[in-house]
Amino acid sequence: MVWDWIPRNTALIWGALQVHVVLALIPVVAGLVLAVPLGWLASRNGAVRAVFIPAASVLYTIPSLAVFIVLPAILGTQILDPLNVVVALTIYTVALLVRSVADALAAVPALVVAAATAMGYKPGRRFVSVELPLAVPVLIAGLRVAAVSNISLVSVGALIGVGGLGQLFTEGYQRDFPTEIIVGIVLIVLLALVVDGLLVLAGRFITPWARVAA
Amino acid sequence: MNLRRPLTLVAAGAALVLGLTACGGGGNPVAGGSSQAPAAGDTIRIGSADFTESQLLAQIYAQALQAKGVQVEVTPPIGSREVYYPALTDGSIDMVPEYTGTLLQYIKKDATETAPDAVYTALRSVVPAPLTVLDKAAAEDKDAVVVTQAFAQQNNLKSIADLAPLAANVTFGGPSEFQTRPDGIPGLKETYGLEFKGYTALDAGGPVTVKALADGQVQAADLFTTDPSIEANNFVVLEDPQNNFAAQNVVPLINSAKATDQVKQILNAVQAKLTTEGLLELNKTANAPDKPNLDTVAKNWLTQQGL
Amino acid sequence: MSLLFSYLFDAAHWSGPTGIPARIGEHLFYSVLALALGAVVAVPLGALIGHTRRGGFLVVGIANGMRALPELGLLTLLVLLMGIDLLPVTIALAVLAVPPLLAGTYSGVRNVDQGAVDAARGMGMREWQILFKVEIPNALPLILGGLRASALQVIATAAVAAYVSFGGLGRFLIDGLKSLDYSQMAAGAILVALLALAVEGLLALVQRAVVSPGLRGGGRRSPTAEITTPDSSPDSTDTTTATPEPAGATP
Repeated sequence: MVWDWIPRNTALIWGALQVHVVLALIPVVAGLVLAVPLGWLASRNGAVRAVFIPAASVLYTIPSLAVFIVLPAILGTQILDPLNVVVALTIYTVALLVRSVADALAAVPALVVAAATAMGYKPGRRFVSVELPLAVPVLIAGLRVAAVSNISLVSVGALIGVGGLGQLFTEGYQRDFPTEIIVGIVLIVLLALVVDGLLVLAGRFITPWARVAA
Repeated sequence: MNLRRPLTLVAAGAALVLGLTACGGGGNPVAGGSSQAPAAGDTIRIGSADFTESQLLAQIYAQALQAKGVQVEVTPPIGSREVYYPALTDGSIDMVPEYTGTLLQYIKKDATETAPDAVYTALRSVVPAPLTVLDKAAAEDKDAVVVTQAFAQQNNLKSIADLAPLAANVTFGGPSEFQTRPDGIPGLKETYGLEFKGYTALDAGGPVTVKALADGQVQAADLFTTDPSIEANNFVVLEDPQNNFAAQNVVPLINSAKATDQVKQILNAVQAKLTTEGLLELNKTANAPDKPNLDTVAKNWLTQQGL
Repeated sequence: MSLLFSYLFDAAHWSGPTGIPARIGEHLFYSVLALALGAVVAVPLGALIGHTRRGGFLVVGIANGMRALPELGLLTLLVLLMGIDLLPVTIALAVLAVPPLLAGTYSGVRNVDQGAVDAARGMGMREWQILFKVEIPNALPLILGGLRASALQVIATAAVAAYVSFGGLGRFLIDGLKSLDYSQMAAGAILVALLALAVEGLLALVQRAVVSPGLRGGGRRSPTAEITTPDSSPDSTDTTTATPEPAGATP
């Protein structure tokens, strides 16, 4: 380790970290917003489920590098556009969450739904105030996996000239300089742990009944 | 069970996640990296290839411009010419350090010029608008076929032509793109009749190629003539009597919309000071074990040259 | 569209040492090595923690921590430190294989019915006998589910090895990127996805063939299930047919 490389490069590291956080987390939020309605559709309609769930698994097997590179050809975006990375990771997040959402909604006990209906809840409101909150624990579990894997995957974007901590990997590799790579790995793992911890806390915070039961 | 409370909390949770994203994003760094919109009128966005010398040159140009009050922005290293050239034409970046010979062959596949001035003249006439090249520097960094000293002595190798009888047992190493470029494997085959046993895609004249050659994983490799590790490892640069590799003078490739008279003047002053020895020295400094910051190396060089 | 498939359907790309079959072979070779190394680490560890029923938090911690490790960083670092060699690539990919295998083995062994384990102990079985004759056979569906998830991860990610000068299907992605050849990149992406799905399907078949008939959902119920759930009410028998979906455990 060349320790003094770190203080000499705080600007580079800090800038890369900021870009990394943005590129990793926008897709988590966007993916969640898209996955909830899609998962809801899949949980209600067997035919939709039969298409979505296998499609999601197939999407997940396509290497991220391939998606990053091929997207500009499909979206008409520029090659260096960070949007390519954001869209690619959003697709992965949706692929991961649709299944979680569908499973979680399907697991809401029919009795609870029936009770809410009997109380006069219309389907839309019932979904938002009863079914969705009960699905939160499973949703959070899915979000944690998505967030952690996004944080790790953003680094692949460095291969196509998009910034983020992956830049430390490609540059360290070109300069035969392990220190730079180690700094990148440590920061990515720390970032993942922090985000993961925050999601756990958020999950506890929005499901107070689970704490009472435990 | 009060079922309304959770709803507000879900909303709060969503706000938290959104807030978190926003915090991390302080000052919209995505746009600061390399975004879709062309840089604001007066900012010149400078890209580079994915090897140290290119990044160093990008820094040198950037700081020289900055010192004279021109707004610049240096993007993360991009990759091969095949990727950064389209980024120049679509306006993602405005400028990139280039080399005359390979750029000419990239734009005009059947270019035959090899001498520095001829290459430069031909290049000027084929670079499509709105792109343009500024003055070429005396500094030259050519691709070269390099072997270890032991291998050269054992087989009495002086020039690339001497490799021909051995090629069937030689694995060649170099950057991935060298396999398809006109002066790469196709050129070596056409000019010298070399048909290698295999090709190993390594990096663009970087430490991986050096290591693979030194360890014998490849017997011949594509390195750059300004690479200090050639000397450090006692590698032998094979002569190129048939000029497979054209002259490779350093030249800035820039969008003419950004090349004002002031910008041209500043960059041409830098070009006038760049020599091959200077480039070798810059690479040596950048590759020192403590890995100095490239911007510092660039700054020191500019000060030293009185720029 | 036809442009995207032109590389894939060009006969010239289907032979020789850089042809598609050779690259598929390399890709599978790296993946199998990594899965084997990952299994050697994860299965005994998961079985041990599951058997002693202590340190479950460790499994979650290790699995999550390893998931966060960026593959590109690991590969470049290990190759710089150890040279361009199979070992660093195998280690870097094995890191991906560990979390699903560890989680699958752990939860499989951990969730074996305590009654069955007690019965085995009562019959005079030693601890290692309980582990090998009762717990692991019972946990096999989940262990194999973990293996399937690992295989999917490793095969999809092994493409990155091409960045550090290795072969495999990632070659098409990296070479395609360096020369901006979209049809070559598309060929690489399609082949990786197809390979991952084919291996997944194959492992699903293996899972069916290997798992003890007594553990399969539906059909006849196993005698152990009757013994271990003596007080199950009639309507709960229906739920036993809904076997847990192993692959879904670790996406």
